[in-house]
Amino acid sequence: MIQILLLASLGITALGAAACSMPFLKGRVAPLIGGYSAAAAGGAALLAAILVLVNGGQACFSSVWQLPFASFSLKLDQLSAFFVIPVSLVCGLAGIYGTGYMADEGNSTGGRLSWTWFLLLMGSMITVIAASNGILFLVAWETMTVSSFFLVTRYHEKGEVRRAGWIYLTASHIGTALILVLFAFPGAAATGSGTLVHPACSHGLFFLLALVGFGTKAGIVPLHVWLPQAHPAAPSHVSAVMSGVMIKTGVYGLLRMLTCLGSPEQWPIWWGWVMIGSGAVSALYGILNALGQRDIKRILAYSSVENMGIVFIGLGVWMTGASTGNALMSSLGLAGALLHVWNHSIFKSLLFLGAGSVAKASGTRDIEFTGGLLGRMGRTGLAFFTGSAAIIGLPPLNGFTGEFLIYWGAFSAVYGDNGFHASVSGLLAITALALAGGLAMICFTRLFGTVFLGSPRSENAGKACETVGSMYIPMMILAVLCLAGGLLAHLVVGFLPGVSIASGTPEVLGRIALVSLALPAGMLLAGALRKILLSGRSTTTSDTWGCGYILPGSRMQYTASSFSLPALLLFRGFVSLRLTTRSNGEYFPNGLSLKSGLRDSFMHRLYEPLFRSLHRLSGWFSGMQHGRNQLYVLYMAAVLLILLLWELGV
Amino acid sequence: MIQSMVHVLLALISAPLLQGVINRVKAFFGGRRGQPLLQPYFDMIRLLRKGAVYGNTTTWIFRISSLAAAAGPAAILALLPLGRVPAMLSFNGDMIVLVYMLAAVRFLMVLGAMDTGSSFEGMGASREVLLAALSEVAFMLCLAALAAAAGSFSLSGVYREMDTFGPVSVMSATVLLILLLSENCRIPVDDPRTHLELTMIHEVMVLDHCGIDLCLIQYGSALKLWVFSALFSGICFPFAGRSLWADLLAGLAGVFATAVVTGVIESTMARIRMKRLPEMLSLASVLALTAFLWEILV
Repeated sequence: MIQILLLASLGITALGAAACSMPFLKGRVAPLIGGYSAAAAGGAALLAAILVLVNGGQACFSSVWQLPFASFSLKLDQLSAFFVIPVSLVCGLAGIYGTGYMADEGNSTGGRLSWTWFLLLMGSMITVIAASNGILFLVAWETMTVSSFFLVTRYHEKGEVRRAGWIYLTASHIGTALILVLFAFPGAAATGSGTLVHPACSHGLFFLLALVGFGTKAGIVPLHVWLPQAHPAAPSHVSAVMSGVMIKTGVYGLLRMLTCLGSPEQWPIWWGWVMIGSGAVSALYGILNALGQRDIKRILAYSSVENMGIVFIGLGVWMTGASTGNALMSSLGLAGALLHVWNHSIFKSLLFLGAGSVAKASGTRDIEFTGGLLGRMGRTGLAFFTGSAAIIGLPPLNGFTGEFLIYWGAFSAVYGDNGFHASVSGLLAITALALAGGLAMICFTRLFGTVFLGSPRSENAGKACETVGSMYIPMMILAVLCLAGGLLAHLVVGFLPGVSIASGTPEVLGRIALVSLALPAGMLLAGALRKILLSGRSTTTSDTWGCGYILPGSRMQYTASSFSLPALLLFRGFVSLRLTTRSNGEYFPNGLSLKSGLRDSFMHRLYEPLFRSLHRLSGWFSGMQHGRNQLYVLYMAAVLLILLLWELGV
Repeated sequence: MIQSMVHVLLALISAPLLQGVINRVKAFFGGRRGQPLLQPYFDMIRLLRKGAVYGNTTTWIFRISSLAAAAGPAAILALLPLGRVPAMLSFNGDMIVLVYMLAAVRFLMVLGAMDTGSSFEGMGASREVLLAALSEVAFMLCLAALAAAAGSFSLSGVYREMDTFGPVSVMSATVLLILLLSENCRIPVDDPRTHLELTMIHEVMVLDHCGIDLCLIQYGSALKLWVFSALFSGICFPFAGRSLWADLLAGLAGVFATAVVTGVIESTMARIRMKRLPEMLSLASVLALTAFLWEILV
């Protein structure tokens, strides 16, 4: 049953992808086929994964494949099922959203083919997670990279999109190269017998290779540089899939690799430190950079870096807890990290879909030219509001539950006698989570406040109107899931794979749901009181108080850049903030100007110089290659001669 | 249990009185007689009698922001121990829920301010979120130090155990006092009585609220002051009585003593320059960190 559902889901994506590549499809048909086959495939895979997760056990499928070392064997165990759920859910909903979002691109070849790539991406993600054979895993991993590359470069007419595409492809392949090394170790590329790899030699080296290789996909600093480039370039439903779930395949790969490196109790303590450290750096660096961006999708991309950092902090708490023999710390850390994987995939895809609607309605991704959209796009705005509150981690929404469990794990290292490593790494986790949480509050009040509140800052934003149902209904579903994830976490937490959940945890989560419901309940009560008191009294509207100024305009509003500038100035040691002021230097200056901008320090200071020098280096060899056939024949002859001499010499 | 309920009830009734006490202390230092102790109640009743005026640009976000301002701190009272009197609801991790409930209220208040489209309110919102981000770190580190010292992860457990006065208590109490001043917009962080919009932090965010909405916000800030006073006084004036009723009385005395302390600080200090505020909050974080390391290493 489960095997049939899983294969049906893969089959639907393959058939849909093939159908969308047919050149005779016209008009609206391609988006409909593409979107709804994604939804159908998502539904089937979701059902299969839920069945595995709830019933326990695992589902295997294997068939002979005419390739050396490979067989097409899939296995849906608890860990795979856990990751298939967000992938199928988000891909399905993003597909439905895409039918509305891409409706006007159905006629173009690029628009039609983008559905082929979308379905291939979806199928390859499910295969990556379900693969139980090393070669199949790598093939699917590469398909995932290539199909998402073509999606990122959907609007390749623009130079910046092409640049983003190349950066993405380069970064992905550097990551893949390390994963290949990992698989190439003796005995690593296992047969279809079950586990993915059986490395026998140095575990520390494997850990580092896996961390860098899969960390590139997950977007961990300093390997994150492709995210803020690729996510804004791709169509929004693709960004939702890439940022919502594709980066999670990195976490999956890392976890799967870790399960092959012995039992957690035997892992050295420095693994936990590396995970917490890289997580903390990613969380803080990601959110600080999100504060300075004006492109709505780039803000969300940097926020993904932050959230993956939070997941890594949770995994680090798990590993430190396991190494120091603190069972509570380790189970809570893993549970929190896994829960945050689910939660982030829900609210981040919701926010990316919302960003797409905003960009489509107001014609720009620059938040300084939006404003006041809540009045005209009520449904999109409500969903975006829920997503923003959830990503900050506010109760009663789902973002809080995962972070709470990580906090709890870190605190359990702090109280009681746990030794130096556990307490101090716990404290590092607490500090990073608290600071990232506070900065996320700045980031998302800025984003929601600028885009949806106040008055419109441009003519186009003033004319924006609500999107079609196929676009806002998926967002509404995700928003409801945000709320459900917060209130029903105590039911979910028992199904997390590999977590022996401590007794009392579900009860605590249930109480949190209860307490946090007191806030909306109290608000309802106060609202009812206000309504009763105001009945029969005058309720009028008037201009906003402008300190007596009688001609307020939308340009007088606080801008997003000014909103976050104090925070950026405070942390300017950690981000490359550029401020240029120009004035005529007199006592009564006229024509003052101030320009502020934020560049990614790693891109700017590390990768660009590195790749420039690589380019220069490779330039030295260009003298050997200048298109004269005679010389090339000479090279061949010379090489043959050298080989001959070598062979004779031996 | 009955004592915990009495505490919540008393907090709901007498929280605005704290403001009255602070005002009287400030008047005493200024050589004035000052307003009646119950003046905050009179102000709120007057506001309750008014109609409502809303800004043209505002949406439902603005309307619910004032509701959250009152409902959030009221809900938090259920998690709040008073000295050794446990909270109505206590469980592992309630301290984190408390911090995040405060954050939820702040989220709605900040959005309410941005909903008006006013540059002043945007400026206030920007300052509020930055200070909150820094004080949240100090708060969490302080809670970690207290949890480590008391060996408990629930507020009621921590306040039950912290009945002696050691170096960790001194440092945590100082951090909590700084947080009390900054989260409740008291001098030296913010001046609730200033009249220039450019210098305000919290007050400027509620410029466009009036009538019942303003009353709810004032009531909410009184409750929030109560929450922080209880957190501070439980550490600063540890008192273990023979019965919970004695503890309740001692706790109430501690909360009002905290109001007097706040009044004295407000009367004797000047405001710190806005650019210096992050330094003060970072100092609080460092102090909390020191308290934690002291507990672990000494």
